[in-house]
Parts: sequence; structure tokens; C-alpha cells
Amino acid sequence: MISRIYVTPKGKASFINSYLISHKLGDEKISKIAEALTNPILEDFSINKFLQVKGFTYAVEIGFKPGVTDNVGHTTKETITDLLHLKNNSDLAVYTSKIFLIYDHISKDKVKEIAFSLHNPLIERASVASFKEIKKKNGFSLKVPEVILEKTIPVIKVSLSKMTDEELEKIGKMGIMDNNGMRRGPLALDLSSMKVIKEHFIKLKREPTDIEIESLAQTWSEHCKHTIFANPIDDIKDGLYKTYIKGATNLIRKNKNKKDFCVSVFNDNSGGIIFDQDYLITHKVETHNSPSALDPFGGAITGIVGVNRDTIGFGLGAKPVANVYGFCFGNPEDTRPLFRDKDLKNKMLLPKRIMEGVIKGINVGGNCSGIPTLSGFVHYDDRYRGKPLVFAGTVGIIPRKINDKLSHIKKAQVGDYVVVVGGRVGADGIHGATFSSVAMDSNSPATAVQIGDPITQKKLSDALIKEARDMNLYNSITDNGAGGISCSVAEMAKEVCLPDGRQGGVKVVLEKVPLKYPGLRPWEIWISESQERMTLAVPKGKWKVFHKLMESRGVEAVMIGKFTNSGKAIVKWKGKTIMDVDMEFLHNGLPKHQLYTSPVFHKYTESTPPNPPLIIKGRVKGGVYTEILEKLLGTKNISGFSFISEQYDHEVQGSSVLKPLSGAGRINTDAQVFRPILNSNKGVVLASSVYPSYGDISTYHMAACAIDTAIRNIISVGGTLSELAILDNFCWCSSYDQTRLRELVDAVKACYDYAVGYGTPFISGKDSMFNDFKGYDEKGNPTAISIPPTLLISAISVMPNISKTVSPEFKKSGDIIYLLGETYDELGGGEYFKMLSVDGASVPKVNLKKNLKIYKIAERLISDELIRSAISVTSGGLGIALAKACIGGMLGCNVSISNVCQSLALADVKLFSESQGRILVSVSPKNTKQFEKIIKDIPYTKLGRTTQDGKVIVVDEGKKIIETTVKKLHGIYHSFSNKMS
Amino acid sequence: MKKIKIIIMSGYGLNCEEETKFAFEWAGTKKNVIADIVHINDLIKKPKMLSTYDILVFPGGFSYGDDTGSGKAYANKFKNHLSKELEEFLSRNTLTIGICNGFQIMTNLGILPSGLTYNKNGKYIDRWVDLETGSSPRHGGASSPWLKGIKKISLPIAHGEGHYVINEKEYKNLKKNNQIAFTYVKGEIATFQNLEYNPNGSDFCIAGVLAYNGRVLGMMPHPERAMFAHQSPLWQNNKKKQQEGAGLQIFKNAVNYFAK
Repeated sequence: MISRIYVTPKGKASFINSYLISHKLGDEKISKIAEALTNPILEDFSINKFLQVKGFTYAVEIGFKPGVTDNVGHTTKETITDLLHLKNNSDLAVYTSKIFLIYDHISKDKVKEIAFSLHNPLIERASVASFKEIKKKNGFSLKVPEVILEKTIPVIKVSLSKMTDEELEKIGKMGIMDNNGMRRGPLALDLSSMKVIKEHFIKLKREPTDIEIESLAQTWSEHCKHTIFANPIDDIKDGLYKTYIKGATNLIRKNKNKKDFCVSVFNDNSGGIIFDQDYLITHKVETHNSPSALDPFGGAITGIVGVNRDTIGFGLGAKPVANVYGFCFGNPEDTRPLFRDKDLKNKMLLPKRIMEGVIKGINVGGNCSGIPTLSGFVHYDDRYRGKPLVFAGTVGIIPRKINDKLSHIKKAQVGDYVVVVGGRVGADGIHGATFSSVAMDSNSPATAVQIGDPITQKKLSDALIKEARDMNLYNSITDNGAGGISCSVAEMAKEVCLPDGRQGGVKVVLEKVPLKYPGLRPWEIWISESQERMTLAVPKGKWKVFHKLMESRGVEAVMIGKFTNSGKAIVKWKGKTIMDVDMEFLHNGLPKHQLYTSPVFHKYTESTPPNPPLIIKGRVKGGVYTEILEKLLGTKNISGFSFISEQYDHEVQGSSVLKPLSGAGRINTDAQVFRPILNSNKGVVLASSVYPSYGDISTYHMAACAIDTAIRNIISVGGTLSELAILDNFCWCSSYDQTRLRELVDAVKACYDYAVGYGTPFISGKDSMFNDFKGYDEKGNPTAISIPPTLLISAISVMPNISKTVSPEFKKSGDIIYLLGETYDELGGGEYFKMLSVDGASVPKVNLKKNLKIYKIAERLISDELIRSAISVTSGGLGIALAKACIGGMLGCNVSISNVCQSLALADVKLFSESQGRILVSVSPKNTKQFEKIIKDIPYTKLGRTTQDGKVIVVDEGKKIIETTVKKLHGIYHSFSNKMS
Repeated sequence: MKKIKIIIMSGYGLNCEEETKFAFEWAGTKKNVIADIVHINDLIKKPKMLSTYDILVFPGGFSYGDDTGSGKAYANKFKNHLSKELEEFLSRNTLTIGICNGFQIMTNLGILPSGLTYNKNGKYIDRWVDLETGSSPRHGGASSPWLKGIKKISLPIAHGEGHYVINEKEYKNLKKNNQIAFTYVKGEIATFQNLEYNPNGSDFCIAGVLAYNGRVLGMMPHPERAMFAHQSPLWQNNKKKQQEGAGLQIFKNAVNYFAK
């Protein structure tokens, strides 16, 4: 039987919650269910008919497409099962939807437009009905959107041995052909990889099965193997990662010797460093760009909930204690339509829609999980129109020893059960890993989209981290991310603890994997990336206790196989072996490619030093910069984003110290501080930095500045340089293009130079190399948009005493304002030139030696409590730093910038150059003597003082060049954010 | 000295249980306090356990992801298995508090009046607010063990469904019965940051209510997120050496109620 319960808010309702229930219960029980779903004070319910809501013209129902995760549906099913004490609920299915009521008298077409804006056709369905239609039919239909999969042959053999190169290439690009002639979607294997697979199976004298090829494609994907960073490139034989990223870390650790604070780097789901003698702190930042382009909400929520599992999957399981995010969006005002297909049917979402969805995804993911979303940034550039960048990261904490064993070491033992815990498997998230390894076009699979279920994961996380871990119930744990169980199980099998160096192995009985709905084929179950699952190695003797514990916490745990010492990954399906691959071939069979780069031509290079002539007619009226400063402050890359910070719970866990918004004027902070252990004074400091536009001039300096800024942001609030680690996220484009690869090599070399120079090791990283869009404009002309090469540097540091945290805003009138560091003519690639649409040449460069000295002094100043405020000078230069410090404190300032630059620079340079290594600080007059004594060996400029009257006055060479008020600046700073909220 | 026993509920997405436990334990230093975090399924298995506790806490969180309406599903489960034990608990001289999602659960349980719905702008919001307690004469001068010595207090909120809904008639009843615990007012922080003082649009600015002669308190703001001085947005402007934040008093009051 099918019944529909409508729950309608009292009063003039704008929406109705609908529960479509397929069941074998009687009417009486359905009434009881309806009562439980209704808060009688706020809502009324009705069954199988609309309530007498008056006056609406149309109703728009938005529900999920068959098979898409329906979290409310899950909860409802649980509530019903509990309410009626059902022993078996397999006959029960709940499909929820929201019905929006429209009261305006508008055309049906207009309503359809509204319906489109309310849903994403990739995952949701919409139906529109007029008041009359609803009245006639007594509501919406009673048809349930269940998944019905065609009966297909579960496993097919692929006759590789007879295939031509052309055919092999097709399989690699478009996927294995099913019996119905349809291709399954990209494997992202190139010809040489396909040939190696072919040869391998010819040697074995058999054809591979589909699941074997799919499994190899997952394990060998760019997403999993990071081939561009691993392969030899030009004369760098060991590849970029080993030579420069890991190479930097290894060297730094050696140099630090006994002061090395790295504990587990690069070989686990997150990187782990020492927090104090009892705890480790972990960090990991992921990207979720491709899924977010298709379904922004689903992409972002699975991004953040997914990276939470990289924390839960660190060592024996770390507890997530902070989320971080970073967004690069196209211009939200851009409304040009773009299409994925030539027939103009498959429309790209507009930047504003993407932005809203992504922001909400991180909101729901973090808020529902009880993890503070503390640190983040948003950056806009037209070139992110084709693919947004969505960075999501999680910091975790774990005792260094658990049950007397080092917590970061884990290994499955031979004979341990392979146990999958958490959500069930569906067709969602198939080909996620291979799909993100190719450019986005009309073949991008919709099944690659998933919706997160943070509560299922929260239950799983609590049961593991807060209970099973400390009860010593498992030997190893890892996340099911890209490639699903095919990757997690094989990874764990590789590390099975064996005495004589033999390869471990695994045997999986695939039909044991719990499914969301019947009919999935073995290869789909094996590689599905359905969310909220972890894989564990549970000793046989502990399985019963483990299983019982999980059950009592509402978490599904299933044993699907055993770890072995066979050196083989074997998968069985209903008694038959359908996969039998050598672990050695699976993990190391991928052929190496020599990569080559070619020089990049830039309009300006380092050898063309001068900035273009700044004297543009009428640019600066009478040499007064007030309007320019105000305009720059209002640009999206500089102004505030409280509309994001405020909708993210950043105070849960009671740990926040320096929050995302600070001061009376609520400016966004560049670094945040929190206290993961409530009875310890130690704090963790987080910051990040991106400078995509610097890369238009030099990716080397782009990378150097990102590192310098991330470090400086941390130092400015009180972090410690000697206990500071960094993470890299490379998001590149067209990585087949040799000039793009040269840019990559340049950036990676800078990473090495500056990480080593500052002694800040990389502890984790990730790359996403194909952020390109290929599609059509509204006239059907082919259009390609690639992102600018983007490097996100995230930094994490431990500070000894949170009470010394310094916030960026000015605090008291009469305080003395100083600029630490030197300013050069480095306007190239900066926000000021972007605003003027001027090309630049002299991109900021990092003077390592000088900056190192400045940062060490700054650390001391904060430790001695000599400064009242400190703000890192970043995008928009000194002018913007001054404005933000004033807004934050709602104080004025009276400063002179005459001495800011040593050469006879223009005021433009002094105000807006983005030279690195600078910190703007304010000091109480009673401390200036001691302060100046400490800074005597570093370059600095005394600028002036803060004022109570709220007037912001900047003087250059005796002339007032800026005169405005903090109130006005405050309005400008928040205007974009206010428009968005 | 008799042990003061506190039960803090957990499971299904509640998530503030650890810091809430910390707050009670800190407030009860030297007072022989035992605070246990108990999963709802464990309480369902041994319902009699509830009778050994003095203070029942529904902490903040996102039980069942707010699916079907905030607090509803958790309340359904609680009612379904533990209504008798809850009734017994409330009939004793005990204290109960629900914070944020815990408050929403308690209104769905029917042990606190009226209910909570979506914020007026439809968005989740995390920021600080200023509160006046019901002990102020204009709210009827409510007295509750939870609120002893508190007239004004600033705490953070973080919720999407914090709009307290009540009609005028019932509001008058609440007032008459001394059931208004907190109202949003323009105080120190809303003035400092120039913010709207009733951000979720609660009817009659109600932020928290009382029942059972003031022994049962539900509130949207989070006192445990204001137990340390450095958590306040004002701290950077005045870094006094003291560690305690204003929110701790609420936990101290509860402990002191039994420590007498």
C-alpha cells in the first residue's frame, strides 16, 4: 500500500513536507505515524489529501530522483520502525519531498522557471500543479520513485587480447561497452596503461573480467596515483612529489633533528604532527571540484564529510576538531549561459547558484557533524566559471598512545576480518575517481554525484573514535573515498603485517556488501563511492563485541571478507571468483611515463621589471586616493564574507579562541586559533593562502607568496614558526599541455625552496590536475574555460599559550601604528591592478632571509605581550590592511606613509603594493620604547596612531591623500556580504 | 558528601555533550560531581538508570540532522521508550536543562511550552546575543535554581530553528506563571558589534523558558560556549586574567542547588 502524509505549518504556509510511504501497515498505524511526524503546536497533518490551505495558485513538488540519498526518508523510516516496534522493516520505504506553495497569480511558465531554480535536475525531480489540479486530485500522485534496475549479466569478460589500439583507447576514454552497446563512462586510462593490462592478461592466458579492469582503473587513476606528480618530468627522474615535496619534508626533518615534530606524514589519510606530549594533531585538505560543478550542494557536503573521514581514518582514528574550507568561484553576477552539450540541453549551473549550493553544503556538513568550521576563504575570478574549486579540510586530534601502542601505527593482520561500517552502497558515486581525472564535458556521469548523510557518519564517527578505538577492537582503519572499497580494501591488504616481506592479500565475498537497493552489478558495488563508509580490519576474536557495539549505536557493520597472505586480491560473487589480481600488479603495474615541459611565454617576465606606467589619465583626481581605497575595499576578493562565516557553527566543542570574525566591526580574520583540549593552554592556529593571479606572471612567485602569506598569517596571531607545518593543494588545468607542466614545475620548485628556507615541512597534500571545461555558448559555439593554475597553501601551527592570541583589529585610540617589513614596487598581479584592469609585471617576491628575521621578532613581540593588534598585509596592500584594522576596531587612524618605501615610489605603490613579509601592528604608547628596542634590527616604519573620532586619514609627503571615516569603510566592507545574505 | 549525578544524553547526532560535561565538572570542582555521557540506546536498555541521577541534560547538536523537524525524531524515540521514567524523574526534586537542540527536543517531548521553528531569515546563524533573565520584574520575576544571581548575560547562539513561536494569550500565561527564562535584549555585545538583538525573530524575544517551578530550563543560547572568558567577542579588548566566562554560572547554579 502507498500512503502520503502531508505535514503543513500552521498559518499561511509557504511549503508542505510530504512523506510518501510504501508499506503494509493499516490506516490506524499511518495515523499514528502522521502524529509522530507533526509538532501539533506548529503543524497540522493530513493523509492522502491536501489540507485546506487557501489562496495558493500553484504547488511545486521537489523530491529526489530514484536512488538519490534521502536523509529525511531514512530518519522517518527509523522513527516509524521504532514507533511501531517493527522487527522487520524491509517492506517499508519512505520518500520525502517538499511542496512549495506559490500565492502569486503568474503563468505556468513562470512557475516552471521557479521550479527550475528550486532544484537540480541531475538529482532531483520537480512537478508543478495548479490549485485546481490539486483540488481535483486531492494532492499529488501516489507513485513512489523507487529504483528499478534492469536485469543484467552480473559479470562480463572483456576480450582485450584481440583488441586494436584504437579499441583499447576507446575503452580507456569512454569505458567498457555493456551488452546493450552503451559505454559505462570514463576509465581515464591512456593507451599505454591499457596495453600493459592487455599484456598482463595475455601472459595469464585469460581475458580480464569487467570488475578487474574497473578495479585497475580506480587504483591507477590520476586521482589515486597522482601520476603527474609521480612520473619523471624533464630531468627530474624521481618526479615532482618525491624530489620536491617529500624531498623538502625529509630535509627539514633531518635539519630539525631532535626538534622534528612530524610524526606521520604522507603515508596516511592525514598528516600528523606533535601537539603536546600526550596528543598528535592531524590535518588534511581535499578538493571536490568536479562533483561541486555538477551538484554544488552534494559536491561540497560530500567534500567536507569525506575529508572528516580522512581524520577518522588517521592512525587508529583521530577525532575531528575543526573544519576548513576554501572556495574559488566565477563572478556571481555572471549570467551568460553555458552548456555541456552541442544541443544546448545540458545547461551549466550559473556561478551564483554554484556559490550558494557550495556554501550550503559546507554548512550542513560541518554543522550537522558538530565540528567547528573555523577557517576559510573565498576568491573570485571569471576563470572559475567552468569549474569552481572547492577545498575542504579537517583537523583532528588523537592521543599519541592508545592502549600503550603508538596510535599512528596500524596494520591489518592475516586472518583479520574485512569489515565495512556505515552507509550502504548504491549506484551513486560510480566513477568518481576516474571522472575527476578528466575534463568536464557532456559525458560527465551524473552517477558521480552523491549526497552526504552527515548523521550516519556522526554515529559512525562517535562509535569508532569515542568507543571502539579505545576498546582496542580493530587493528587498522581507513576511509572509503575515491574508488570505494576497491581502493580501501586493496590499500589495507597491501599493508598486511607479514614477517618475510611478502605481499599481503585479501579475499572479499562481494554479495555480503549491504546495498541500498537490489540489482547492482558486482563491479558497481566494488567501485561505488557511496558515502559515509569506513573499512576496518577486525580480529576474529573481537568481531562479536565490535558488531554488538556498532548495532547498539545504530551503525551497520558487515564482515565482507578476510585479509590473507596470498599476495592476491580475490573477489567472489555467489561462489565464483570474479577477480583475481596480483597485489603487485594492482599497485605497481602502472607504467611510468616520461613527462616533458616546454617554456612558458608570459607577456611580462621577471626581466621586465617596471610596472606599466601608472599615470593613467584621470585616474587619481588631484592625487587623492580616498575613492580608490574605498572602491578597492568593496571588491569581492577583499571585502568581508560574514554571510559565510556566520552561517557556519565555529563555536561547537567550546574550543574557539580567535574566531572567523573579530572586533566591533566584525572583520574576517586571516588566521584562527582554537583549543582542542579544553584543560590545556595550548592552541592550534590555522591559516591559508592563494594568489592565482600572481601565476599569470610567475607560478614560482605565486607559490612562494602563498607559502609566505600562510606563514605570516599564522605568525601575526601568535603561532610558532618552529612548530608550523604546511599542506599543498595544487589545482591545475590542461595538464597535458607542456607549458602548463612547466608552470607546475616552477611552482613546485618554489614550494621546495621556501618550505626548506622557513623550515616548515609539508605534511600532506593533494592535486587536482584537470580543471577544464569544454562546452558551448548559447549560440552553440565551442567554448573552453580553464582555471588559472591555483596553489592553496594551508598552514597549521601550535601556540604555547592561547591567552597571548592577538587579533587583527585596532583596540584603543592613541595606540601607535607600525609597519614591520619592507615595501617594494610590486603591484603586478595584485588586486589594485586587477581593479584598474592593468597588466602587471613585477609580481611580489619573497625575501626569505629578511622575512624569517621579521617573523621571529614578531613571535617574540607577541610572546612578550608588546603588541595590541597585528594584521598580516596581504591582498590590497597596506591601504587595505589599515582600513581593515580600523573597521575591526571601529577606530580611526592618522598615519603618514611618506617613509614606507625607500625609493621615490608613487603613493600607489606605498598603499597597494602586495610586497610580502609585512605585518601592521599597533602598540600601546607605554610599550613603544621596549617595542622599538626589539625591532631595531628589522626594517619597520612608524606610521602614526589610532584615533577615537573615527576619521581615517593618510598623509603622504605632507599631503592628505586619504580622508574618510571608519563608518563609511565599514559599510563598504560589508556591502557585498550583506547583499549575499 | 553525597555525589551529585548528572546524566548528559548523547547519540544520533547530539554533539555538545563533551563540552557540556566539561562545564558541569568544572562548575562542580570540589563538589563531588559525577557527569556521565549516556547514549540514548544504553538508557533505553536500562531505563531504571535514570532514577539514580539528579540532573538531566539534553545538550546541543543536530539529532537526526533536524530531519522531520528539529528535535522531533529524538523526542519521538525518547517518548516511545522512556516516558514513564521521564515522568518519574521530573516528579522528583531534580533539575533538567535543554540547550539549543536539547531545548527543541524538550518542546517536542511536551515538557516545555510551545515550540521552535525556522529563523526569520531562514538561515543558520552563529553569533553572540545579549539576554535578560526572567527574574527581571518586567517578565514576571521568574525564579529558577538555574538562573540564581543572573540578571543579564551574553552567550552565543548557533541554530537554524531558534524562532520561538507563541501567541499572545499563552505568552501572558507564561509571564503570569514565571516561565520566561531569557529574552533577547540590546545589550553589551549587540551594541558593541551593532547587531540586531533578536536575530531569529523569536516571538516576544523569548530565548529560553521554564517549567516545573523553574526546575526545567530550555534555552537556545549555549552557556557552555561561554564558560571561558576568552570565548567572548569582547575578550580581546579586555584580556583580564580570569579564566571563567559568564556562562559557567548556570552550571554552578545547578551544582549548588544540590550541594547545599
